[in-house]
Amino acid sequence: MATPNPSHNYREITHNGLWKNNPALVQLLGLCPLLAVTGSVVNAIGLGLATTAVLACSNLAVSLVRHQMPETVRLPASVMIIATFVTCAELLMKAFTYELYLVLGIFIPLIVTNCAILGRADAFASKNPVLPSLLDGLMMGVGFSAVLIVIGAVREIIGRGTLFSDMDLLLGPVAANWTLPILGQDYSGFLVAVLPPGAFLVAGLLIAAKNAIDAGIEQRRNAGVSVVSGSKRVRTTGKIQ
Amino acid sequence: MSLMRVTSPHAHSGQSTSKVMLQVAAATVPGVLALVVFFGPGVLINIALCALTALGTEAAIMKLRGRPIAFYLKDYSALVTALLLGIALPPYCPWWIPVIGSVSAILLAKQLYGGMGYNPFNPAMVGYVVLLISFPVEMTRWVAPAELIQGMPGLGETFSLIFGNMNVDGFTRATPLEIVRHNQSTILAQLYEMEPMFNTGTVAGLGWEMANFGFLLGGLFLLFRRLITWHGPVAMLATLTLLSIVFYDGGSSLSEGSPLLHLFSGATMLGAFFIVTDPVSGCTSNKGRLIFGAGVGLLVFVIRAWGAYPDAVAFAVLLMNFAAPFIDNYTLPRTYGHKAARKATDLEEQ
Repeated sequence: MATPNPSHNYREITHNGLWKNNPALVQLLGLCPLLAVTGSVVNAIGLGLATTAVLACSNLAVSLVRHQMPETVRLPASVMIIATFVTCAELLMKAFTYELYLVLGIFIPLIVTNCAILGRADAFASKNPVLPSLLDGLMMGVGFSAVLIVIGAVREIIGRGTLFSDMDLLLGPVAANWTLPILGQDYSGFLVAVLPPGAFLVAGLLIAAKNAIDAGIEQRRNAGVSVVSGSKRVRTTGKIQ
Repeated sequence: MSLMRVTSPHAHSGQSTSKVMLQVAAATVPGVLALVVFFGPGVLINIALCALTALGTEAAIMKLRGRPIAFYLKDYSALVTALLLGIALPPYCPWWIPVIGSVSAILLAKQLYGGMGYNPFNPAMVGYVVLLISFPVEMTRWVAPAELIQGMPGLGETFSLIFGNMNVDGFTRATPLEIVRHNQSTILAQLYEMEPMFNTGTVAGLGWEMANFGFLLGGLFLLFRRLITWHGPVAMLATLTLLSIVFYDGGSSLSEGSPLLHLFSGATMLGAFFIVTDPVSGCTSNKGRLIFGAGVGLLVFVIRAWGAYPDAVAFAVLLMNFAAPFIDNYTLPRTYGHKAARKATDLEEQ
């Protein structure tokens, strides 16, 4: 037990969750809710919060009992722990944001089957101490939620021409007038963005954008390295450009 | 792009992509002419808008991808996509319909997958379906044949229909397929007598039957020029005919329409000869083409008869595009001198 593990580096855990190993953009886990309920920002935030809470709590709990869990029942035990927290999240949403609970419907209980959560519990929390596990769950959740919210915003703007509509479902009457008619009042809506194909398209474009950014960073890093003077370049064929 | 395993000697047909595409475009002329005669010049404006947008999108993406722009524009594949989409769109629809449709077709369905020859789905049909599910109101308003209304929109009216905000409702009527679909309380013979769309036409609705006949002629030209094989179209039309005979029941109120209605209305002939025969998104072997065409015919009838949409060629073709690689895998032609391979994946494992 307690072998020194590079993943105890808190900065790296954060970077992994938010960007490098983002559950939605890199691991491509939890795509079902990602694609199904991101028709608007409020849905995305609601599901993002619930998923983040469950991720953090289940990582914490799994990490706490990791030495008591025999290898043979590790997965079932993890699923039971996750199901407990999902039930808590569901009851909480039912109590405090009932309308949003109705909108999200089956996708709240379905957080149990979100493979991002079981993936983190199994790949990280069952092998690491409590604090890194909690942070990992939190950061993975925040990374997942961020992608949910971006997809929700893009789909809402293109599909309905608004942003932050129905925020009162989550934040109460304070947010009733937050709807921004970004594309004007008489925008008739581009329905494909709100329908499931729109979710696939936006998610795909986001993944492409992330890869492009990573490639750009990589290129800049390499560009700095390769033109060091005195490096030996052997001319083989053709012209040097 | 049919990479068939046939042995040498190979005789070159003298064709190139651009020549093929131009002949396909020429083959649509009779059908487009019929559309213009019966439904007015709106379809030409659609085609022009689609062509401009499609070529513009193609050029922009080629520039982004750092490819030679003129080379790829000159294969005319974007032009044919735009042409087929423009024909499929309702005449006199607002200008942004063809524009959004062509951008979706070229950007989403073609270039995101790698461009010419790499698209798993028929780009024109993807453009059409994106429009149909996004703008159901605009996409289901077909103008009536000129004879049935006070006349086609004039020049000024055409302009304000397409670029202004004039409503096209004054010029529209239900299409033959919609009429049959929505009148399930009268027997077909009565319907044909009552409806001006049918009693001024011959078998499948005024205008529509001629347009379909035009596309049939164009298709026969393509067959004659050996640009397409008979397998896809014949399989699709035969399946559609067979199913409509089975469910015709002599024309009761619950009948799904006569075989002739199914063959010569909606987008049947355009689909059979110009969409099903797409060499990129369809099947590769002749046996595969038979299965592909039959699948399209089956789906067209099922969706027309029991689905939520009056016509179904675009959905049917896209669904079969999904199945095309699978069909190809199991319909590998036998190479001369070799034993028949059961499926292509077996060969790869060797």
